[in-house]
Amino acid sequence: MSTILDISHIDMVFPTDKGDFTALKDVSLKIDKGEFVSLIGHSGCGKSTVLNVVAGLYQASRGGVVLNGKEVNEPGPERAVVFQNHSLLPWLSAYQNVELAVKQVFGKQKTKAEMKEWIEYNLHLVHMDHAMHKRPDEISGGMKQRVGIARALAMQPDILLMDEPFGALDALTRAHMQDSLMEIQNELNNTVIMITHDVDEAVLLSDRIVMMTNGPAATIGEILDIDLPRPRNRLALAEDPKYVHLRSEVLTFLYEKQRKVEVIDTRKKTKPQFEKTSEKASSAFSGIESSESSSSETQQKKAG
Amino acid sequence: MSNTTPLIEESKDNIVWLDNTLDFVISSAKTLAIPFVGIVVFLILWSAAAQNVKTSLGQFPGPAQVWEQFGSLYSEHQTARQKEAAFYERQEVRNAKRVADDPSYEPKIRAYTGKETFLDQIVTSLVTVMSGFLLAAVIAIPLGIAIGLNKTLNAAVNPIIQIFKPVSPLAWLPLVTILVSALYVTEDPMVAKAFIVSMITVTLCCLWPMVINTSVGVASIDSDLVNVSRVLRLPALKHVQKIVLPASIPMIFTGMRLSLGIAWMVLIAAEMLAQNPGLGKFVWDEFQNGSSNSLSRIMAAVVVIGIIGFLLDRGMLLLQRWLSWDKASATR
Repeated sequence: MSTILDISHIDMVFPTDKGDFTALKDVSLKIDKGEFVSLIGHSGCGKSTVLNVVAGLYQASRGGVVLNGKEVNEPGPERAVVFQNHSLLPWLSAYQNVELAVKQVFGKQKTKAEMKEWIEYNLHLVHMDHAMHKRPDEISGGMKQRVGIARALAMQPDILLMDEPFGALDALTRAHMQDSLMEIQNELNNTVIMITHDVDEAVLLSDRIVMMTNGPAATIGEILDIDLPRPRNRLALAEDPKYVHLRSEVLTFLYEKQRKVEVIDTRKKTKPQFEKTSEKASSAFSGIESSESSSSETQQKKAG
Repeated sequence: MSNTTPLIEESKDNIVWLDNTLDFVISSAKTLAIPFVGIVVFLILWSAAAQNVKTSLGQFPGPAQVWEQFGSLYSEHQTARQKEAAFYERQEVRNAKRVADDPSYEPKIRAYTGKETFLDQIVTSLVTVMSGFLLAAVIAIPLGIAIGLNKTLNAAVNPIIQIFKPVSPLAWLPLVTILVSALYVTEDPMVAKAFIVSMITVTLCCLWPMVINTSVGVASIDSDLVNVSRVLRLPALKHVQKIVLPASIPMIFTGMRLSLGIAWMVLIAAEMLAQNPGLGKFVWDEFQNGSSNSLSRIMAAVVVIGIIGFLLDRGMLLLQRWLSWDKASATR
């Protein structure tokens, strides 16, 4: 397979009142066509910054991004973004939201009928045919995210960038969305970069998991190849020793090698959190369970 | 036993029905009766207070005298309309006669030049306020969008807005009057100078809330929506049309409602001084007139001004509900 995206030696420095803040330091990554890559790391480690640089929403302070042999300097539809909180225009229906993108990207190439067909095809891909004329406030969070994905897919991007696409959804909906995404991926075989903080999600969906070190001056710590055969089934994988092993590798990286020390939290708070997650590593996989423990993590953080 | 059971059931049903009806009556009584009681108490206090106030124009009018004046204002309006109709009828008869005598005669109709009635003045006021308000909106909304999009422009324009915003219409009026007299010079004026002076004064005073609210609305658009526009590479004009304008519609409407309220308040003062034949002039003329009815007539005008102001605000709210996608912001 050929390299489609080359992120080379990126530094990202934000000027602040207290002087420069280095968010990213020397991040380099090559992504092949059709590859599904997850970026995982603790919050605040600069995962989103990497994605925003690739999207062209931020300009890297040093280094650059090359897509299909061309340097990325500004945002564009060939690098479609699925935002965390759907970012649908609330005054337009699902269909109109996708239409806005399709008209902008294919307005000159496709006829009206072709565009209509293409919009409906993409909404069908994400199983939104039944509610395509509803507005975002009339549909559920998961459905909004589906439309967001349909909008991105409809741009026919060279690479699809997903910024914690399922982070705001409940566990059952999230599992559902992951299955949908695998199904779409099976059909379209897009190149995808996805940011996530969910270990199970990363292992289930990815071809490679890129694990980032903690900021400031975050960079790529380890890269893990996920050579599980596709199509993947979450229930079958739960018992699969290889899956369990890969999963624990990610957990080890996150909670031992790059253990996040919260500034406010003292010994009391961080310790049970660590115990809980290592406990989780040995337990069998289930979408609900993992989210339960992750929600109790956040509760602990709040309590701290 | 078999006979009594259904009876008990039935009476139970009746009690439930009675309970429900009672609840309904009580709740609707609460929503309707309490404001009604408020108004009645206000009227009683007003009339009690009015009886104790003696002015140079006689006793201060109570609700009853004001109500009476509503009746006489309306009958004056009808009399004036009859006079007008009669005036035109006489002309037609006369013209028909002259044409019959001399077929080459081209009939002329002279316009009726009687005094405006109270209802005419209400219409004049409404036309003036809407013209001033629409002119302000046409200037303020594009300006607000430009300021909201461009931080440099905002920094440049903001001090000017902040300084002009609190200026009273009474300060603008002399300037506007002189300027209009100097610049609006035509042989055959389409509209009266007084109308233009009042309208421009209204515009100058109700411009600012719309500019400020529009610019704040535009500046506070969700950055994700702006990113969507950037990823799609929407051209500037399309960005404004597809993203900025719809996203800031709720804030624009808030500004428009504030502005319309200010416009209506300013209008009355402007009309008084500019002698635009609207409600402001009516109040001023009654004040100068100083008859025993004047105070009741002014009070009647005050009530009408209040009611129209309220209706304008409601109308704006209805328009917002109809046009804005964000129904939640249009509830108050």
